[in-house]
Amino acid sequence: MIAVTEDDIFVRSQRVSVLPPPLAAAGPIGWARANLFSSPVNTLLTIAILALLVWIVPTLVRFLFIDATWSGADRDACLAGPHDEAGACWAFVRDRFSYFIYGSYPIGQRWRVDTFFAMLAFGSAWLLWLDAPRRDLGALYFFVVMPVCAYVLLNGWPLIGLQSVDTALWGGMLVTVVVTTVGMVASLPLGILLALGRRSSLPAVRILSALFIEFVRGVPLITVLFMASVMLPLFVPPAWAPDKLLRALTGIVLFSSAYMAEVVRAGLVAIPRGQYEAASALGLRFWRMQRLIILPQALRITIPNIVNSFIALFKDTTLVFFVGIFDFLKTIEVARVDPKWATPVTSATGYAFAAVFYFVFCFLMARYADRIEYRLARADRR
Amino acid sequence: MNQQPDGVSEGSAQRGGFAVEINGLYKWFGTFQVLSDINLKVRNGERVVICGPSGSGKSTLIRCINALEDYQRGEVVVEGVPLTHNLKRIDEIRREIGMVFQQFNLFPHLTVLENCTLAPIYVRKMPKSDAERIARKYLDRVRIPEQADKYPGQLSGGQQQRVAIARALCMSPKIMMFDEPTSSLDPEMVKEVLDTMVELAQEGMTMLVVTHEMGFARQVANRMVFMDAGQILEINTPAAFFSNPQHERTRAFLSQILKNA
Repeated sequence: MIAVTEDDIFVRSQRVSVLPPPLAAAGPIGWARANLFSSPVNTLLTIAILALLVWIVPTLVRFLFIDATWSGADRDACLAGPHDEAGACWAFVRDRFSYFIYGSYPIGQRWRVDTFFAMLAFGSAWLLWLDAPRRDLGALYFFVVMPVCAYVLLNGWPLIGLQSVDTALWGGMLVTVVVTTVGMVASLPLGILLALGRRSSLPAVRILSALFIEFVRGVPLITVLFMASVMLPLFVPPAWAPDKLLRALTGIVLFSSAYMAEVVRAGLVAIPRGQYEAASALGLRFWRMQRLIILPQALRITIPNIVNSFIALFKDTTLVFFVGIFDFLKTIEVARVDPKWATPVTSATGYAFAAVFYFVFCFLMARYADRIEYRLARADRR
Repeated sequence: MNQQPDGVSEGSAQRGGFAVEINGLYKWFGTFQVLSDINLKVRNGERVVICGPSGSGKSTLIRCINALEDYQRGEVVVEGVPLTHNLKRIDEIRREIGMVFQQFNLFPHLTVLENCTLAPIYVRKMPKSDAERIARKYLDRVRIPEQADKYPGQLSGGQQQRVAIARALCMSPKIMMFDEPTSSLDPEMVKEVLDTMVELAQEGMTMLVVTHEMGFARQVANRMVFMDAGQILEINTPAAFFSNPQHERTRAFLSQILKNA
């Protein structure tokens, strides 16, 4: 038996006043100690990484900037170089820059491509800037107005004085941007439909959706592309045969929509059953419930994963060059073997340029996803 | 102790006279029988409180009434409309029944006001301005008019549940069903929700309430329903139910929960 004495009983007579938190070891030294040298293993890692940076960064800087040739008319400029060491041949990139952007698009018509880029940049900014005014109009512009205009503009419409430009002439960043944008814009709605289909209570819809998703996911993209460009023409009469770019686009869209379906499905699974029940009890039918209640929540939590898929899609577009389409990487591939610029550093320069291009876009997408995530986390903390 | 509600004396024998009529209802989850031979008629304006141990099928029973759960045998008639698999019919019935859940189930991505106006706008096809006026009226009635532009996550549990009640009322339902509305609330917030429900009862709303709040039951119920193992064991007036329960299982249950209260 425990005897409770008077000392064991406590009643607070005065509330404790609020104190500021104790100051941590502040300043740069404190920071370094906490973040870089907190344990022997961390100290070792810090030293190893510093050594790696010391080894790589100066070499890279010397190749890309110090020893680089910035201007010149042909290979002789890069062979000589400003110093003895061979640096990057940026003169080559400058000389072929318009080819990297437009491919073989007719020189006199390239303003059309520029206009398309401007329209796309405007539409993306409107849609991606979350506090922008009238984002509903922005969506209408991006998903309806712009695609139609872009098609007319790029493909041509002789009736209004825009001469036709065969897609075989399209190339460079133009193709990469078109394939990526169409892939993103088409795969999201298709992916949503497939995800809903896979969770449907109707067996036929469920089985077909699951079959499609599993089949496409079980096959490499390159196979899908070959199938789209080789097998598609077998099924339709020759006169109707879609052009090469459209075939590749179809393949990309089908492929990425299967991945998108699984991403969206993960979001749908995370929505509690109570949300469905509350919406049903209020009398909302399936599509309205999905549109107003379920998808807004599911898509919000999957934005980081959707962007991740978009990044993968953006890089996967390079595979279209296997079916004879001159995307950005392919134009570099072609240009670097041009005898006019044949030097030992041409290939390295071309690939460095490609790496920078892909990295910048992927990095921007990733940063954007981070910001959205941060914003949503803040919204959750409310 | 209870004022006799109008609904009881008014009760007519004809089919249309009942708000909810359940005849010979059976339900199985797989091979497990969750509801057996349920017969219950609720008159217009009547308040019925359903209680019983957990797993006794109380929630399942009221969820059958607005077709959130399927059932295998028997019939459910709401406001004279028999429940079938016809989607139109189900919508018709759901429009007449407001439901309040244990977990509130507010839509977290919408403001309080949007939560309340969504169904009137999209289901009742009400103009947005009318829907907002009505929503503000009901938010006023559940005493949280100042929270209209906040998100559910910014509110306390008790406030969220009152929003859920307002949201259901915005559809002007004839019947309100409550599925353990206070079970996931902190003790300090139970009262504010119960007060709202008492007021609703005093205005003559037909109510089906699954709850363990026996004080509330005593105060507003016209009849008590006691369920155990998927069966209704006793239906009685609150006076008789609490002072002189007939079924031995009811007595055991009541002695347990009243001892702890």
